[in-house]
Amino acid sequence: MRLHLPARAALLTRRCILAGAAALAAAAALPGAAAEEPLRVGAFLSVTGPAAFLGDPEQKTLEMVVERLNAAGGVNGRKLQLVVYDDAGDAEKARTFAKRLLEQDKVDVIVGGSTTGTTMAAIPLAEQAGTPFLSLAGAVGIVEPVKKWVFKTPHTDRMACEKIFADMQSRKLSKLALISGTGGFDKSMRGECLKVVGKYGIEVVADESYGAADTDMTAQLTKIKATPGVQAVLNAGFGQGPAIVTKNYRQLGLTAALYQSHGVASKEFIRLAGDAAEGVRLPASALLVAELLNDEDPQKPVVVAYKRDYEARWKSDVSTFGGHAYDGLMLTVDALKRAGSADRAKLRDALEATHGYVGTGGVVNMSAADHLGLDLTAFRMLEVRKGNWVVIR
Amino acid sequence: MDSSVPCAASASSAAPRAAWPRHGGLVLLALVVFALPLAARNDYVLDVAITVALNAIVCVGLNLLIGYAGQISLGHAGFFALGAYGAALLSGRFGWPALAALAGATAAVALLAWLVGRPILRLKGHYLAMATLGLGIIVAIVIATEDGITGGPDGMTVPPLAVAGFVLRGEQAWYALSGAALLLAVWLASNLIASPTGRALRALHASEIAAELAGIDSARHKLMAFVVSAVFAALAGGLAAFHAGFITPAKASFLHSIELVTMVVFGGMASTFGAVVGAAVLTVLPQLLTVLKDYEMVVFGALLMATMIFFPRGVVPTLAALWRRRRP
Amino acid sequence: MGAQALQFLAAGLTAGSIYALVALGFSIVFNASRVINFAQGEFVMIGGMAAASLVGAGAPLLLAIAGAVLLATAVGLLLEKLAIERAARADVTTLIIITIGASILLRGLAQLVWGKGIRALPPISGERPIELLGASVLPQSLWVLGATLAIVAALSWFFERTRAGRAMRATAANRLAAQLVGIDVRHVLLASFGLASALGAVAGALIAPIAFTSWDAGTLLGLKGFAAAILGGLGSFHGAVAGGLVLGLLESLGAGFVSSAYKDAIAFVVILAVLFVRPDGLVGALRSERV
Repeated sequence: MRLHLPARAALLTRRCILAGAAALAAAAALPGAAAEEPLRVGAFLSVTGPAAFLGDPEQKTLEMVVERLNAAGGVNGRKLQLVVYDDAGDAEKARTFAKRLLEQDKVDVIVGGSTTGTTMAAIPLAEQAGTPFLSLAGAVGIVEPVKKWVFKTPHTDRMACEKIFADMQSRKLSKLALISGTGGFDKSMRGECLKVVGKYGIEVVADESYGAADTDMTAQLTKIKATPGVQAVLNAGFGQGPAIVTKNYRQLGLTAALYQSHGVASKEFIRLAGDAAEGVRLPASALLVAELLNDEDPQKPVVVAYKRDYEARWKSDVSTFGGHAYDGLMLTVDALKRAGSADRAKLRDALEATHGYVGTGGVVNMSAADHLGLDLTAFRMLEVRKGNWVVIR
Repeated sequence: MDSSVPCAASASSAAPRAAWPRHGGLVLLALVVFALPLAARNDYVLDVAITVALNAIVCVGLNLLIGYAGQISLGHAGFFALGAYGAALLSGRFGWPALAALAGATAAVALLAWLVGRPILRLKGHYLAMATLGLGIIVAIVIATEDGITGGPDGMTVPPLAVAGFVLRGEQAWYALSGAALLLAVWLASNLIASPTGRALRALHASEIAAELAGIDSARHKLMAFVVSAVFAALAGGLAAFHAGFITPAKASFLHSIELVTMVVFGGMASTFGAVVGAAVLTVLPQLLTVLKDYEMVVFGALLMATMIFFPRGVVPTLAALWRRRRP
Repeated sequence: MGAQALQFLAAGLTAGSIYALVALGFSIVFNASRVINFAQGEFVMIGGMAAASLVGAGAPLLLAIAGAVLLATAVGLLLEKLAIERAARADVTTLIIITIGASILLRGLAQLVWGKGIRALPPISGERPIELLGASVLPQSLWVLGATLAIVAALSWFFERTRAGRAMRATAANRLAAQLVGIDVRHVLLASFGLASALGAVAGALIAPIAFTSWDAGTLLGLKGFAAAILGGLGSFHGAVAGGLVLGLLESLGAGFVSSAYKDAIAFVVILAVLFVRPDGLVGALRSERV
């Protein structure tokens, strides 16, 4: 695109003057109401590391939603600015990044903490700084006892246990064998399940565990097989362990009902476990069976839309953990609209007053005593049939 | 087969330390410690500085073992975590005052190191590495499994550090404490190295058999270096626990142990200030590289490799040698 | 009870074979250079991940495995040429840190190239378990055991009967003497890295159908392979194999008969006990130290 030099120079000079004038005009107009400070949303997530299965879809979801919200004009007329740090599953790193978000990036709200460990490390910081913190982790201890500034979007592990036990009760199964990993998620869920077994008339007859990176669980399952009277087996696990457990289960010819946890509620689990996953039941959010929901189900439009957007944008299967991040951000947006401003105290109050909000995890009704807002109906019991999910109840 | 690990490493410690006078280095470090808060824009920067200081304390102690005594430990994160959990349990569960909890935890770790050190230090080279690695892993497994006491893999909260009713709060106060602790640790280590004990350590590093012939009780000196380094690690661990208000078993993981050894070697073995520099660089670098997101690990690994290829004796000794060569 | 023990035995031997292959990789590199290659576990990971991604792209299984092994070998050779050789004059400890850096670099690359998900590899001959004396054994387990035996036999032959193999053994015994008789120890070092990475990749491709693989699957396998190599006696060929099998059996029998929560700790306690009694490992010869 070459022009004759003198003409080019003249054109450039004229263009420069025009551009400069425009910039000056714009700068003069800036202090006006249109260009406000963006709303800063901070996130520390386990995008890499052992909890990448959680953090990666969470980060992708936050990015996607912020993009879309900004394209539609932002919230309350202000754009959203997302700052994400990767803590690789390490609680100490998470704490440092939470501090960075609060002190250096000066965020208005934090949506993050993929794991319980990383969340717990950051809670004191959020409390001290008086900044609302929506955690994406599972343990019930995050919101029990209730902390003023801390909220949570995923179902608790206790709820998962209760959903499974209710299903067991309906199938008249009462003798349970537990097998769980040594990770935080696994142990927390196992602990909660042991606390609530009595309510459902269930007796735990075996309790085995395996290491996070173990390649074979036949030893533990052989012991369970040798235990008399086992009617159901619950694998409270996360990551590749449950897939190996499921394959070993079929390999050893165990026939008792096998329950998995919501930690493996994903297509990836079915892909890894293959045919062995047939008949496995687990509690999961409506997101996994978006198309199978009844049309009157209030969650259907939300989960179908999110699923479609996520899969189109990232070319990979939707994940319940991404759904938790979606809920975290959209709850914040909903509260921002009701509060009318980003003042942290007002935002916190608005979050606490959330009522009837429909998310991917369920219908959310928060209160001063309940910073989660979900009940057992938010969980659906699913079964794997022919490589796909089927809703039981 | 020759015991090549200690012999090969001795070449680097044989270089005289005269070019880096003990007091000069300490004064320079003190200046940096005092000046840093003036340049720190916010509490987050101070928080990173505190982490650097605590890591540096561990590294200074570990350097005594690796750089001077010529041994290896791939399990020092275990001592760090035991110091942290000890302090947390004594103050949180048993209600001990914070300083007593710190002292108690450190003393317990010292005792453990003394008991375990004697049999373990009879091993050499890679076998010693494996034994310390195994110990660190056993500590990590026990901490993570006994969740009734330790809170399990998700960790436990730690009460704040309170001395005579006054609670240490805020990054400024913690920075002062950590900086002071670091200066004390460096001073102690430098004194130890310059003392007859330090010379004995360097002698047995160069050749254990020759040192024995010269009358040095090598087993006792190795054990002493091991225990001192464990004490430094435990103390730093306890302080880190109080500062963060939270600890997890990941602090005892073998990956953390390897991070610590990497810091010592990166900064320069047989160099106390090398240990401080190594801790500083490898603590700050991930904070800077995090903006690279998915490329962080690749860049970090590449930087680590490149530095060790071009600075084979570690950053500080190589720079010091370059500096010395410039003078006529 | 017998059938149970047999089941534990089958599991232990399968895992043990993998540890043995990884341990061999450690020993071979150690023999040539006195270096512990901390990136050895990453070659195992590359073997599994590359094979899984080639299969995903449509390649037949055995071709995918061959491709993965080639890739891992190439990476191993590159690592030696670009990093280890450059730092040839450095301390052993410095070289170890370089391999640590390499391990981080390879894991980071794996995340970028293959993503963060878990991958499965189809088994070589199906998944229907075989009933053997009351224990239920996967065909893949038999492949693992068989392949390990074949590889060990092939390596024995290689080290005993071929010039290259004998050159490697000579370098391990006495580097200076080997140079004096005309062996180029740099080539030995290069070949050692190549061989070790190939072994690691084979192990990864064999175990992936049973245990899956992901970008960070190499770390723990590398650690266990190192433990097995030390247990058997670092640098000893038979020690690596023995160490691997013993470690696998310790884990499996520990989980089965003692406590599944503490089985890893049990294995390490036993390793420590063995080292206290025999400081050079199970098979390691008594060393004489040069004064």
